This record gives sequence, structure tokens and C-alpha cells, in this order.
Amino acid sequence: MLLRKLLTGTTVLCLVILVGCSRGEEAAQPQPPPARPEGKSVDSATAATIQGRVLYQDGQPRRNRIRMAADAVCVQQHQGPVYSQEVALNDNGTLRYVFVYVKGQALAGYSFPTPTEPVVLDQRGCLYTPHVIGAQTNQEIKILNSDPTTHNIHPVPQNNREWNTSMPPNANPLVRSFPREEVMIPVKCNVHPWMKTYVGVVSHPFFTVTGEEGTFEISGLPPGDYTIVAWQEKFGTVEQTVTVGASETKVVDFSFTPGGSTD
Amino acid sequence: MAELPGGQESVSARHNAGLHRFALLTAGATFLLLIAGALVTSNDAGLAVPDWPLSYGTWMPPMVGNIVYEHGHRLVATSVGLLTIALAVWLGLREPRRWVRRLGLLALAAVALQGILGGLTVLYLLPRPVSIAHASLAQLFFCLTVSLAVFTGPGWIRQTPRVTDEGTPWLGRLCELTTVALFIQLVLGAAFRHQAIGVGPHLLGALAATVLIVWTSRRARAPHLPGEMRRPALLLLLLLVAQLLLGTGAYLARLAAVDSSQPTPSFVFFTAAHLAVGALLLATSAVLTLRCHRRLLRAAEFPSVSSAIQRATP
Ligand SMILES: [Cu+2]
Repeated sequence: MLLRKLLTGTTVLCLVILVGCSRGEEAAQPQPPPARPEGKSVDSATAATIQGRVLYQDGQPRRNRIRMAADAVCVQQHQGPVYSQEVALNDNGTLRYVFVYVKGQALAGYSFPTPTEPVVLDQRGCLYTPHVIGAQTNQEIKILNSDPTTHNIHPVPQNNREWNTSMPPNANPLVRSFPREEVMIPVKCNVHPWMKTYVGVVSHPFFTVTGEEGTFEISGLPPGDYTIVAWQEKFGTVEQTVTVGASETKVVDFSFTPGGSTD
Repeated sequence: MAELPGGQESVSARHNAGLHRFALLTAGATFLLLIAGALVTSNDAGLAVPDWPLSYGTWMPPMVGNIVYEHGHRLVATSVGLLTIALAVWLGLREPRRWVRRLGLLALAAVALQGILGGLTVLYLLPRPVSIAHASLAQLFFCLTVSLAVFTGPGWIRQTPRVTDEGTPWLGRLCELTTVALFIQLVLGAAFRHQAIGVGPHLLGALAATVLIVWTSRRARAPHLPGEMRRPALLLLLLLVAQLLLGTGAYLARLAAVDSSQPTPSFVFFTAAHLAVGALLLATSAVLTLRCHRRLLRAAEFPSVSSAIQRATP
């Protein structure tokens, strides 16, 4: 019979796919991070600094309204409309939530202790606070739920292990870390589909996220040639190279446009 | 023709109105389940409940945000599972045709497998092949419940003279081809929806399905064929028009939602409706195929008989 043939065929197909897929899962399990030989540490007497601003070039970006009606608890925590933070323009024409970091090659040979202080990511008003965070590899990320509603927190990395954990109201903080470098790891809440954050994970402490002034400062760098990368959620990445001498401070400004990025 | 469903055994089959109504109920509930499943994907709610088979460690989590869709889908699925168990048991007790009883068991196995696939999508964080298999098996299971409703129906059991189809290919074959094409088209749609492929194959599939449906429908609406074929043939055409419009709507809504921070209501409506009408197309085509096998003779094989019957049929 036609139907039966169809069904049997598909059942077999499903099972084959399933077996293939579960194998894929195993293969995709990330290996533990490679053991790094103890490298030298930075001499603070000659350490250099790179600072600058991240500018937006095109007036007012269009803001996306967030509709929270699916969860009354979320609605109650806001007065007035809530807008997406994917493009957060400061009053001075700079951008907030831009992840700025130093690309690793120039730092080969150095090793950096894992910070003991955790990075805090809060779920508040059904939004992630702050909207973008950075962490060093293996640094603890402490996730809070300040909302009287249920969230689930679900990073979708390429290089690290994916997981999905629920956080009911008053849940204990969830402490996790990512062992491998990855810029950026998207993190979402599947209960509230507008909730999205990004975590930039690098193997050294030379990273930062721009705030309300749109500025950044990366200090404690050994003198040398560096590539500085600025990542913006909507506009992608911009790179610039810079050379810093001993104890030198250099200024590097970035600018983004809606079409992508300039310089 | 003896190997065809109901060919000879139906003599002993008596129409059981209660059983038929129950099969219809199961098929109707399965259609609602398909819509509930479609809403999960459209709302990106597949992982709103991280655990399985329990939801947040209980049977009834707080129904907020996307948990409504994911847990709602689980509740409807549980009901359909229970209905399928009851249907298989009822068939086992009251159905004289062995192949129909077996089909009931097959439906039960399919719904169990479907539940496991659904659980695996949650536990393995939505691996594409599992999501696509879950979406595809859903369509097959729906066809299975619809066929059980057909086989237990009075129209199937009633003894009526057969009609001949003289066309090439034989209409029964053509319907089979259309049904298979529609199923492939639904799998392509699922693969596109779960981002395993681009929209291209699904568009080509739409072209092929449209040609086949128009052809099949024209053949099956021939005046000498009985209403039980002409009606689904007409329905196929109507559904096709609706489906092409919904598909276009779904695509436009997808484009419009690219910049949005969350699935838009129009995206959810068009994608879920497109999936639901796709399921109705497949089921209608499957019903037409089954009725062809039940009521149609091949002209080439029975030249004398067929012409005799044709003369005898109004
Ligand atoms: Cu949430």
C-alpha cells in the first residue's frame, strides 16, 4: 500500500537522520581548551594604552519597537514603549554596546590569569542588562534573574558548547563560563523572543564594551603592533591597526554607518 | 484488484458509525496539532521549555511568553497521542479488516516516534535534521489519521460499481504521483523553514506541485467520475489557490520581518496558515488517491469489463 510504503520509508529515513545527527552532536562537542604553556606577563612599567570613541555617521537610526504583550509581567515593568537596543545611539553621536578588543596574534607568548571577578549579566524588565558583555576565556559569567517571570538562557555559540537553562523568578544566580575564544556568542531567551544579548569571549583582558559616552580604553598592553576590532550587533566589525611604543597612549576612533562601516 | 485496500474484505466490513466518528475526531485533532506545532516554529518557541518530557520540572509550567506555544503544543500532542491509543484499541476490538487494524497500530507507532522526535528537538537544542524529520512525520501521521477516517467511512465500505478511467497515466497513478510530490514539497518547505536549504527548491517544488494538482484535478473532475472524486478534485484546486497566496504572503512577511526584534504577527499568521493548508492539500490528494484505488478500474487492464461498466454507469 502506498501510504504504508511512504510511512515505512520515512520512518527509516527519520531514524537514519537521527543516528547521523546524534553522531554529529558528539563530534561537535568542543574539545577542552588547549593547555597553554606558561607565557610571560606584561611589564606594567612599559604598558601602553589605546583609547578612542565609536561614532555613528548617519543621524538617527531607525529604532525597532519591542512588543512585550506575550508576558504581562514584562509589560508591567516598563512605562511607555520599549525599543530594541541593537543600535543604541548616545546623545553625543556615539554608539553604546560596541565590543572593542585586541586581536590575539600580537599577544602570543603572553599568558593572562583568568579574572576572579565574574561578569554580571542581569535579566531585568525582560531585557538583558547590559545588552552586550565581554568575558575572558573561563572567566565566570554570573547570570541573574531580577524579573518576577520565567526566563530561559540559551547561548548559541559556534566554538563553545551550546546549552539552554531555565531561570524561574527568584532563581539562584547561574554561573557559567566559555572556555574558548569566540566573538560574538549570541545568547537568547526563547520565552521572550525579543530578548537577545551577545558575549564576546577572548583569551586576554584587552577588551571592553562602549557605554553611554561611546568611548573605550584598553590599557596594560605590551608595546607592539595591534589590530583593534570594533564589533557592532547590526553593523558588523571594523578593524584598525595601531602601533604603540612603551608607555604610549594612542587614540583610535571608529565609525559605523548603516551601510556597514567606514575606516 | 484484490490486493487493493478493501478490495474483498470489505464484504465482511460493516459500517461502524461511532468508530468512524472517532477516527474523524482523531484526524481533526491532528490537524489542530499541526497548527500548534507550526506556531511553535513561527514564534521561535521550540526551546522555550528547556526540559522534556516534563516542562520546567512540572506538568503545568507558568503559561507566559513562548511557553504558551511550546507547552500548548505538548498538551495538544498528548491529547492526540491518547486519541490515537484509543482509536487503535477500538479498531483492535471492533474492526473486522485486519489491514485496517494494522494501520491503527502503525498510526500509534508513528505518533510515538513523533513524540520522541519532538523530545529530541528539545534535548538536542533543535538540530535541523530532527526538526525537519519531526515536521515531515507530522504530515505523514496526519495522512494516516485521515486515511483511517476514510477506511472506516460509509463511502469506503459501500459496494458500488467501479468506473473506468481510460486516460494515461491512469488517474490512480497520477494521484499517487501528486501525493508524493506534495509530500516532498512539504519536506522542502520544512527544510527551508528550519534553514537547512534556501527557498529555491521549495519554489521549484511549488511549480511542480501546481502543474500536477491542476492536471490531477482536471482529470478527476471528468463528468463520468463519481462525486466522491470530483469533490476532492475541486477542493484541491481551491486549496492550491489559497496555498499559493499564503506562500507569497509568508515570503513577503518573512522579508518584512528581517529587521524586527521578534517574529511579527503577520509572519506567524502566514507561515502557520501556509503549513496548515499544505497539510490539507496533502490529505486531500491522499484521499483522492485512495478513492481512485477503491472506485476506478484501469482501462488498459480490463478493456471489456470497463466498457461494460462504463455503459452501465450514468
Ligand atoms: Cu526571558
